Amino acid sequence: MSEEKKGLSGAKLLLNALQEEGVDIIFGYPGGVLLPLYDAMLDTPIRHVLGRHEQGVVFAADGYARVSGKVGVCLATSGPGATNLVTGITNAYSDSIPLVVLTGQVPTSSLGSDSFQEVDIIGITMPITKHSYIVKDPRDLPRVVKEAFFLARTGRPGPVVIDLPKDVLAQENVEPFPSDMKLKGYKIFGRGNNSKVEEVAQALSEARKPVLYAGGGVVTANAEGALRQFAERANLPVVTTLMGIGSLPYGHPNLLGMVGMHGTVTANYTVDDCDLLIAVGVRFDDRVTSGLGHRFATKAKVIHMDIDPVEISKVVKTHMRIVGDARKILEELLEVLPGHSLPELSEWWGQIRNWQKDNPLGCDLDSLTPQLVIKTLGELAGGEAVIATDVGQHQMWVAQFYPIARMRNYATSCGLGVMGYGLPAAVGAQLARPQDNVFLITGDGSLQMSIQELGTVAQNKLPIKIILLNNGVLGMVRQMQKMFYDGRYNHIQLEGNPDFVKVAEAYGIRGIHVNSVDQVRGAIEEAVNSSGPILLDFKISPDENVLPLVPPGKVITEMIVR
Amino acid sequence: MLHTLAVLVENHPGVLIKVAGLFARRAYNIESLTVCQTEDPEVSRMTIVVAGDDQVIEQVRNQLSKLVVVHTVVDLTEKSVVDRELALVRIPINSETRSEVFQTVDVFRGRVVDMGRSNITVELTGDIDKIGAFVHAIRPYGLLELVRTGKIAIMRSEA
Repeated sequence: MSEEKKGLSGAKLLLNALQEEGVDIIFGYPGGVLLPLYDAMLDTPIRHVLGRHEQGVVFAADGYARVSGKVGVCLATSGPGATNLVTGITNAYSDSIPLVVLTGQVPTSSLGSDSFQEVDIIGITMPITKHSYIVKDPRDLPRVVKEAFFLARTGRPGPVVIDLPKDVLAQENVEPFPSDMKLKGYKIFGRGNNSKVEEVAQALSEARKPVLYAGGGVVTANAEGALRQFAERANLPVVTTLMGIGSLPYGHPNLLGMVGMHGTVTANYTVDDCDLLIAVGVRFDDRVTSGLGHRFATKAKVIHMDIDPVEISKVVKTHMRIVGDARKILEELLEVLPGHSLPELSEWWGQIRNWQKDNPLGCDLDSLTPQLVIKTLGELAGGEAVIATDVGQHQMWVAQFYPIARMRNYATSCGLGVMGYGLPAAVGAQLARPQDNVFLITGDGSLQMSIQELGTVAQNKLPIKIILLNNGVLGMVRQMQKMFYDGRYNHIQLEGNPDFVKVAEAYGIRGIHVNSVDQVRGAIEEAVNSSGPILLDFKISPDENVLPLVPPGKVITEMIVR
Repeated sequence: MLHTLAVLVENHPGVLIKVAGLFARRAYNIESLTVCQTEDPEVSRMTIVVAGDDQVIEQVRNQLSKLVVVHTVVDLTEKSVVDRELALVRIPINSETRSEVFQTVDVFRGRVVDMGRSNITVELTGDIDKIGAFVHAIRPYGLLELVRTGKIAIMRSEA
């Protein structure tokens, strides 16, 4: 064997390692220091999807991960490329989404010299990553990639950054070190334990007003089936967080809806009044508790099951904890359940049904309202469609009214609440699920934060259907100014909005204006049946509010409902 | 209450900033932090003294454990330990104060490790209270400079 062929280049080693991890798609944006990698990529089967902004590529990888359950991979160049990823990395960290984020870096010889497009991305992303690496020796690449994927997807998932100096990618004839992982300090809390689930079953049998509170951990653990069995077997009322939507199908008789700031009245009353709160894969976020952990579910014994011990007793005092994978814990619980009596809940359900009867989610279906659009879409596209949203009023209306049937059919930015997430997330979702109908439900404020990604949709001929709820204002801020600042509106008017149909058309994407209630159904039918991308621009009133609403500083029973 | 945590971490660049950054972000107060390589050159040991109630300390321990670079976290507070701190203290002297200063140093079993015309440098080892008491005793003579290592601690052997 000749000297030149002894080993591979750093770039090739990296790509091989990515393929070992089953990576078939990378969302990326090239740049100077990545030239060796983009060159080597030409010879691999990995698909590269070019975004239009680095923030778009990280959101696309996130959307891909949310709807597929796989690790999303994105790539950006050094300096501005890397810093443009920061919001997307934070978003994934907030919602525990598994990402491997590859960033280019200046050559190792230039590190620390303030060279062109140099930035300390490892330093910048330290608080927003599960772990991070800068690879200074190309022989480490196989191990680092293996560890990064393992860290990203196991335990509580999260983003892992790998920073790649140009010379590490460019070096030829690299004979790599073994890829054996060296993660002595990494702990995964896989299982619960049997004596603890016995205690849960015992507490349940003694309860009179139990409720199950499900969050993103249920989705991560693929615990949908176990959760449903548990809820049905014990006939438990279930409330979810925004992250937990889909853990029971919309319309399931045991599902009371979302709990918290924009939750249903019934869900909030139920949690407030319960005597046993079984929390699964949740973190008692302040959008749920109003930031008043000590006044949340005060009459209840709290059982908290989560894979991250840090979350337990962080916000709400927990009486019983089980650290582990939500699915394994629930399955263990199902095993021991037959040994215990189940509580008699007819009185509790009677109370809950009364609350439901007295407090339905209100909406006007006789005029062109966002709720009408979302409900009609739900009717025509169904719960099996994949829904991506942006952030703001429309996001809450989707949470309240769209009939999500399954977990992983829903990509939305929860903990961080990032406007501009939706369109690129829909790109990632469509590429992850090419056979499924993907809808983006967005607002005119959010859409304009990532509107350039229409180019990605067009280039890749992605049949994404965009449902634009266009009220010409930043609706959520306007609503707050109206309710809590005496209607003193300031900088919520989006004057200068483009004609979004024309913008779509400029990208070769079909667009339809919908200006009256009688056009709604027809337009949505067209979108549902469209084989290509389409944008529907629904002209809605800026006066529509998201209700119920728990005002800042109030407990969750103190809702504004109309 | 002050807790003493023994934290075994990977001996890599960037590990200290990860730990320090965690304390800063979560607003935990570090009283002292010492770090150096251990008997295993790949592992460093941090001794961190941190203030907080039981709930805060549990959070600190869990958050530290969560860092991939952290191998183990042990709270030494309730355990039987030997702990020490080293201080170097520069004290001004003149013909009037010299003998009193030297006596005080003797009482605390300090050692004079450097001497100039107008000041001396004293090395003192002991637990935190002893160092504190010495500083208190010597302050009336003036205290030019004080360097403390922070506490290190090790569990006592089983008898």
